[in-house]
Amino acid sequence: MIDFELSEEQRMIRETVEAFARDEIRPAARAADESGSVPSELIEKIWQLGLVTSAIPEKFGGSADARSAVTGAVVAEELGYGDASIAVHALAPRLFAYPVLEMGTDAQRERYLRRFTSERFVPATAALMEPRFDFDPTDLSTRARRDGSGCVLNGSKCFVPLAQSAESLLVYAASEAGAGFKGVDAFLVPRDAAGVSIGEREKNMGLKPLATCAVALTDVRLDSEARLGGEGGIDFSRLMSEARVALAALGVGIARAAFEYARDYAKERRAFGVPIATKQAVAFILADMAIEIDASRLLVWEAAWRLDRGEDALKESYLAKNYVAASALRVADNAVQVLGGHGYIREHPVEMWLRNTRGLAALDGIATV
Amino acid sequence: MIDFELEPQTLERVKLYHMVAEQMMRPISREYDEREHEKPQQFLEAMWSASALSDAVPESGSKSDGEKKNSGPRLRNLYTVVTTEELCWGDAGLFLSIPNSGLGGAAVMAAGTPEQKERFLKRFRGGKPKWGAMAITEPGCGSDSAAVTTTATRDGDHWVLNGTKIFCTSGQMAAEKSEGFVVVWATVDKSAGRAGIKPFVVEHNTPGMTVVRVENKLGIRASDTAALVFDNCRIPFDHILGSPEVRPEGGFKNVMATFDATRPIVAAMAIGVGRAALDFVADFLKQQNITVRYGISPRRLTAIERDFMEMEVQLKAARLLTWRAAWMLDVGKRNNLEASMAKAKAGLAVTQITQKAVEMLGPLGYSRQYLVEKWMRDAKINDIFEGTQQINMLIVARRILGYGSKELN
Ligand SMILES: Cc1cc2nc3c(=O)[nH]c(=O)nc-3n(C[C@H](O)[C@H](O)[C@H](O)COP(=O)(O)OP(=O)(O)OC[C@H]3O[C@@H](n4cnc5c(N)ncnc54)[C@H](O)[C@@H]3O)c2cc1C
Repeated sequence: MIDFELSEEQRMIRETVEAFARDEIRPAARAADESGSVPSELIEKIWQLGLVTSAIPEKFGGSADARSAVTGAVVAEELGYGDASIAVHALAPRLFAYPVLEMGTDAQRERYLRRFTSERFVPATAALMEPRFDFDPTDLSTRARRDGSGCVLNGSKCFVPLAQSAESLLVYAASEAGAGFKGVDAFLVPRDAAGVSIGEREKNMGLKPLATCAVALTDVRLDSEARLGGEGGIDFSRLMSEARVALAALGVGIARAAFEYARDYAKERRAFGVPIATKQAVAFILADMAIEIDASRLLVWEAAWRLDRGEDALKESYLAKNYVAASALRVADNAVQVLGGHGYIREHPVEMWLRNTRGLAALDGIATV
Repeated sequence: MIDFELEPQTLERVKLYHMVAEQMMRPISREYDEREHEKPQQFLEAMWSASALSDAVPESGSKSDGEKKNSGPRLRNLYTVVTTEELCWGDAGLFLSIPNSGLGGAAVMAAGTPEQKERFLKRFRGGKPKWGAMAITEPGCGSDSAAVTTTATRDGDHWVLNGTKIFCTSGQMAAEKSEGFVVVWATVDKSAGRAGIKPFVVEHNTPGMTVVRVENKLGIRASDTAALVFDNCRIPFDHILGSPEVRPEGGFKNVMATFDATRPIVAAMAIGVGRAALDFVADFLKQQNITVRYGISPRRLTAIERDFMEMEVQLKAARLLTWRAAWMLDVGKRNNLEASMAKAKAGLAVTQITQKAVEMLGPLGYSRQYLVEKWMRDAKINDIFEGTQQINMLIVARRILGYGSKELN
């Protein structure tokens, strides 16, 4: 039966993560944006929240709560509310761990999951995106060619978070061209495997603290153990759906941060003798932000709810992600507008949020719930 | 816990209402758009008998009927919005013309005493078809509903009403063509401002109440929109809803309470019309062998795919906001902010969706051979009545900023 309220447990999780985002992440966000790096103590602190370990089953040393995409979306929104770059950095190990957990063979789970129960942050990542304007996960240029019982990877990837520090990468490649989601496989690739070359750190408009690199794959030879899920492969459509829900939820978080900042500013800032918020032209912008944020969150939750029911949510997550890509950008842009010239100056965070929301819109598949 | 699934009782009824929309409304939709001011008697009779049997006519006083209530859906406001969507998918004008207590009933429910609810609403449980209507808007004031100039003056055991009301939905049916009533908002004390504005039930054919005009409109033509003149119209004293005392917290606040319940319904009306247009476009694309490719790079979508997806997701966003606003009422939460969010979003989104549908279909969209052009005309009203786009934005803005009407107006 219809219910728009989070469970007691989810509310507690939300409160905890929100407080953390407000008190620990947000204060570090600007410095991280300027320096292009995240303080490792902060990453360790986020790790201590157990956002990755909690999904690892007890038999692999984790604490194994049942994973929920709705809960994941709630957590992602709060982290995004703190800072999206730091959030994606802190959650990057999930890009490797969750697909293994969800779709790996027993042997793969046994081999890889334990490391994520460590006390300290374990950098790990996935390589999905490719440097093309029309990058399309259903039509990857990176190819996996069968070679005996193993295979050989060739192609180039970009936007691989933490590629320089991750021990292993989950590399997505097309085993069968033209087969859409079904033709895609994921491979467990050690970073030091022959033929893997990590490029320079990428420089982007936003999400600056997030270390991402291009990765070139030249005749990377892998044995049969490397294919995630073994002969059965993976359900790539589901992984993409989870990724899109996560990215959308992060976007809702940034939008909320921008909205609250602009709202509070507009009540303080005076022009023509009155607070600017008392002018309809400003007040209606703020009202539009509030409506779009709620609409966005509901779309995200609905897609997540479908995932939790084990249903196909490809369409819902795709529409939600695209909706948030546009709405969060508009909210952040309007936040800059509400602050006027002051919004353009890097003393206020709104210009950073504008750059960061554009980043989430450009990305696909680099977060997960 | 988050759940987007409707209750089984509601889902069952949705199917039934869809059949009504498809088999009883769509076939006469064009006809009663063109034959403005004529009524589809057969349809109205059928809907009336169906509602008398149904346990799910929320405004018609069935609340006092405990037994019936238990067998129906638990989330009744939500039930109302989803069934409203279904019927407006059929035809929004015909939906508005269905005999029931309407906005008049909503006002009685919001402002009346238990005795008044029973007295005024029991007529909707049987007998001949009847309509209820509500008249706030005047020639000189619409959005600024607190500026009503119609007066109610006490005269012994009676009130005497004087003034002009316009744009009253089903006003003619309620005032002259059935044994219904009109709830008229009038001031008992101009110096008291808002606090002096009170709702009065004026029975059909009360001397002194005259329907002077029925408007010609852009859309929802099957619904009559009446102008009413009150010229020394005498009504019994106990026809004032709630207390006659002029208190700041009474009276006008009830107008607002009415809107908290009815705005999600108007949002749902919009969504029904929007879905009609979306479904039409979807069928059309199928016929043309155009598939909409969800999940691929947005840079590889055609303009048609993009437009279609945008329509689809906007409609869904509006629906989720609307369901939330209705659900809040059902679980006893104040929904003033959320009701206006839903109404503002749905009104605008569906206006744009239906205009886009006409555009996407080229000459076929503009042609009266299909209903798409009609849906574009029908949709527009949802961004106007029950608070215009701007008025709902104003309410949202006040709520998020913690301002009253003094600071932001
Ligand atoms: C078909 C139809 C059916 C209707 N049914 C009913 C009914 O049953 N009962 C009833 O009482 N009324 C009914 N109405 C009236 C309807 O509610 C009003 O038309 C509506 O509230 C707008 O009022 P108005 O037309 O006087 O426009 P105005 O109030 O004159 O507004 C004109 C424009 O100014 C804008 N505006 C006004 N005030 C502000 C502000 N403070 N800030 C920013 N912008 C502002 C409005 O948004 C609008 O764009 C109906 C109207 C129609 C067309």
